[in-house]
Amino acid sequence: MADILTPSAWLLALLQALLFPALAPLLVGWVRKVKARLQNRRGASVFQPYRELRKLLFKEARVAHTASPLFRAAPSVVFVATWLAAATVPLLTIDLPTAVVADIIVLVGLLALARVFLALAGMDVGTAFGGMGASREMMISALAEPAMLMAVFTLAMTAHSTNLGSVIAHHLGDAFVLRPSYLFAFAGLTLVALAETGRIPVDNPTTHLELTMVHEAMVLEYSGRHLALMELAAQIKLLLYGVLVANIFFPWGIATDPTPVSLAIGFGAILLKLALLGAALAVAETVLAKMRLFRVPAFLNLALLLSLLGLLSHVILEVGA
Amino acid sequence: MRIETALAIAGIAVALALGSAAVSLLAARFPKVVRFAAMPLTGLCGVAAILAGLGALLSGGAATATLPLGLPWLPWHVRIDALAGFFLLLIGLVTSAIGLYGPAYVRGLEQGRDSLVALGGFTGLFLAGMLLVVLADDAFLFMIAWEVMSLASYFLVAFQHEQAANRRAAFLYLLMAHVGGLSILLGFGVLASFGDGFAFASMRAAELSSVWASVAFGLVFIGFGMKAGLVPLHAWLPEAHPSAPSYISALMSGVMLKVAVYGFIRLVFDLIGDVQWTWGMAVLAIGSLSALTGALFALMQTDLKRLLAYSSVENLGIVFIALGLALIFIDTGHPLPGALAFVAALYHALNHALFKGLLFLGAGSILHSTHERDLEQMGGLLRRMPWTGLFFLIGCLSIAALPPFNGFVSEWLTFQAALQAWQLDSGVMRSLIPIATAVLALTGALVAATFVKVYGIAFLGQARSRHVRRARPGPWGIRAGQGLLAVLCVLLGLFPTLVIGLIDAVPRQLLGGGLPDAGSRGWLWLVPDAFETASYSAPLVTLLLIAIAVFVVWGLRRVGLRRVRRCDAWDCGFAPPTARMQYTATAFAQPIRRVFALLFRVEEAQVPRDDGGMRHQIKIGDRSWDALYLPLAGLVETAARRVVRLQSGNVRAYLGWTLLTLLVLLWIVSA
Repeated sequence: MADILTPSAWLLALLQALLFPALAPLLVGWVRKVKARLQNRRGASVFQPYRELRKLLFKEARVAHTASPLFRAAPSVVFVATWLAAATVPLLTIDLPTAVVADIIVLVGLLALARVFLALAGMDVGTAFGGMGASREMMISALAEPAMLMAVFTLAMTAHSTNLGSVIAHHLGDAFVLRPSYLFAFAGLTLVALAETGRIPVDNPTTHLELTMVHEAMVLEYSGRHLALMELAAQIKLLLYGVLVANIFFPWGIATDPTPVSLAIGFGAILLKLALLGAALAVAETVLAKMRLFRVPAFLNLALLLSLLGLLSHVILEVGA
Repeated sequence: MRIETALAIAGIAVALALGSAAVSLLAARFPKVVRFAAMPLTGLCGVAAILAGLGALLSGGAATATLPLGLPWLPWHVRIDALAGFFLLLIGLVTSAIGLYGPAYVRGLEQGRDSLVALGGFTGLFLAGMLLVVLADDAFLFMIAWEVMSLASYFLVAFQHEQAANRRAAFLYLLMAHVGGLSILLGFGVLASFGDGFAFASMRAAELSSVWASVAFGLVFIGFGMKAGLVPLHAWLPEAHPSAPSYISALMSGVMLKVAVYGFIRLVFDLIGDVQWTWGMAVLAIGSLSALTGALFALMQTDLKRLLAYSSVENLGIVFIALGLALIFIDTGHPLPGALAFVAALYHALNHALFKGLLFLGAGSILHSTHERDLEQMGGLLRRMPWTGLFFLIGCLSIAALPPFNGFVSEWLTFQAALQAWQLDSGVMRSLIPIATAVLALTGALVAATFVKVYGIAFLGQARSRHVRRARPGPWGIRAGQGLLAVLCVLLGLFPTLVIGLIDAVPRQLLGGGLPDAGSRGWLWLVPDAFETASYSAPLVTLLLIAIAVFVVWGLRRVGLRRVRRCDAWDCGFAPPTARMQYTATAFAQPIRRVFALLFRVEEAQVPRDDGGMRHQIKIGDRSWDALYLPLAGLVETAARRVVRLQSGNVRAYLGWTLLTLLVLLWIVSA
């Protein structure tokens, strides 16, 4: 493992890290496009999210009189923590130095860091909607984070490692063994991903009704480049969860050696997997309705239960066998 | 440094603490003596304790001495080893921060009616008691030091005794501290009767049968668990800790609870020695219960100091989860995960001392500037007290276990230890440890919610009352004390490998094996087991965070519009928001209160107000009162009423009882 800390590996990690913000708006555009087609609309181009970000970057940022310095620092912190978290997820290859620097637990911790600053930013100006969004976000995450940890611990215990690269390598080495624990963890992690990225049925990213907002309520006061950073961070988070689900549970195609050919195959494979996942998300968002806020705990308890079942079925059924 | 020197320095630390107590006696005539002599002596005592602790940890040996004090046949024994050194270091770090913080805080009390003699005197005694508990090498000195610590802290809790709530809290504390003390004493009794004497050396050599070892463990767990505030014996803690002056709260929550952890480790891992995995399961269960209960109740509080006190229950729960894992792994023959869990427990104990000390000092500094403890009245303090705001933010991020701060390191280590559960043979243990892990994960997320609430309500937004709007930054001493602890929180988060290299001496000496590979990759990498299994590089994570932040800020300057305009808050174009339209602390916690409604005893009522309006009142009660304390109190009362019948007022009856007792005793002695 130590041999992956080479300059070329770091370069590859840098490339991967840059791919995340580059691809994230595309995934969002793709999901929107598929959704529009499912609803018999033509929809905007898949590149529309890039244009929106560019528009925000060139707009004046407005900051409320009552805002503290934290308000202006928060977008950078949220963006940086989310991006670093994304950089630790194997996108093209499993030999990733950043996955050694920060393992799965650190990944969850970095996402929590971003979330805490997002919630604090929501409360900073002192408006009713900001506090409401922060309160709801922390309630959702309080239930989603343990479910996520349990799901990744199932994988970590199977692979005897909390290093994401090793987890994926272990799964690849398993060939096509179907583990019950993986099924549970997959279901749990998918539900968590929906909740954490603020998608229907937990939150609606396109809502215009303040009283139903969660994520949008926290960024209501942001504008200009601050908002651009917040939006891009949210898009990276969606891509991160997509890659996490795709590459952990369906790792086939990911590069195991750093040759250009296998990297190209890895890139093609992840694009294909993400396109399928994005389409699945669009279908789910079209057929499901957003839940009432107090139905969300039941949804997340299901996620926690599934993940815990995954871990228990692993330690009971699979360890001794 | 030789270990004997470390012991001598520890002795100097005790002497300085006693000197600080003695000097305070003059405060009745010269009130300034506390500020100018007693508090600096406290700080020096902290520095001496740090030096002694570092010396003991670095040398790795043990030194003993016999004092010419005590009973004729039982002189006092003191001993310093790596374990004692670690806790001396912990006490010293918080105490030296208080040495900086105290003078400015005490200044505010010089004009008041409260007795500074009591404050300074009992603070010194309290410190001396804690240091002596850690240094004691026989049960006699241990119990004396333990009682000095308990009694001195009782007087500090009762310091502002004009308020009935403080007197009640202090009495509850005194009562429970003594029940706990009794339990520890009985535990020592079991050990001493098998070990032929009260010296720790003979207890260590004792051969206990498995049953008696379990009895001793049970007594010791109840006794120290009560002092550590483990659920369900925590009821005194959220009452007592907030009542004391703020820096005493920092000492009680940050340090005294750790002295209880020290006692537990000393007796269970060292004196009883031959641990059993069933104890580990009990400790794990109680630890998980404490962590979850503490986190949920902390989230519901609106009194800042009470919230911090409940959060201490939660953190001690985490320490005991890790200790439970250590017990399980050690007894089942897995020394490496055992040592990992043990190191995680010690690391978290140290972290909690630092960030809880920091947060209590921050709460004290808010109290100093605004005379306010109620979160519902606060708001916008970050702009009025920027330094306290910054340090408090560091404390919040640390306690919420966010990378790259120190709380995250100990949580990471605990998770890593729990993830070794696959090595165990028993299916029951293998499946219970993941459940405890889930509880730990849930606790961590709830703590994050709690401290978003605290920081968001107190420091962000707009002031909710006039006196908070007029808050001024505190004097520099108050800021320096918090700054020291904040810097330590950051350093312990950034360089975990160096810290573990230091802590590792404790399991090496106590368990016979530490974490040999922890530092194998140098200070940059934290590797508990093997590089393939798990690794975390806090310095690199921080470096990458900073590098990306610089890149982003630089990029935004190059691309896009840099102009920022100040304007009114938008708030979706409704009326301009006022301070009263903000979310309150109660409102913030409401969704989680609803989700976990079964665990709370919620009383909601409509109370008529003076101006004719109505007031919605919510009280959140602790179910442990109904389930444990009130029935117990009823039982004691019933028993007392039965016993009262003996008190007939007739002298002959009394003499008859005395004779009967004497006969029974004679019969027991002769049998």
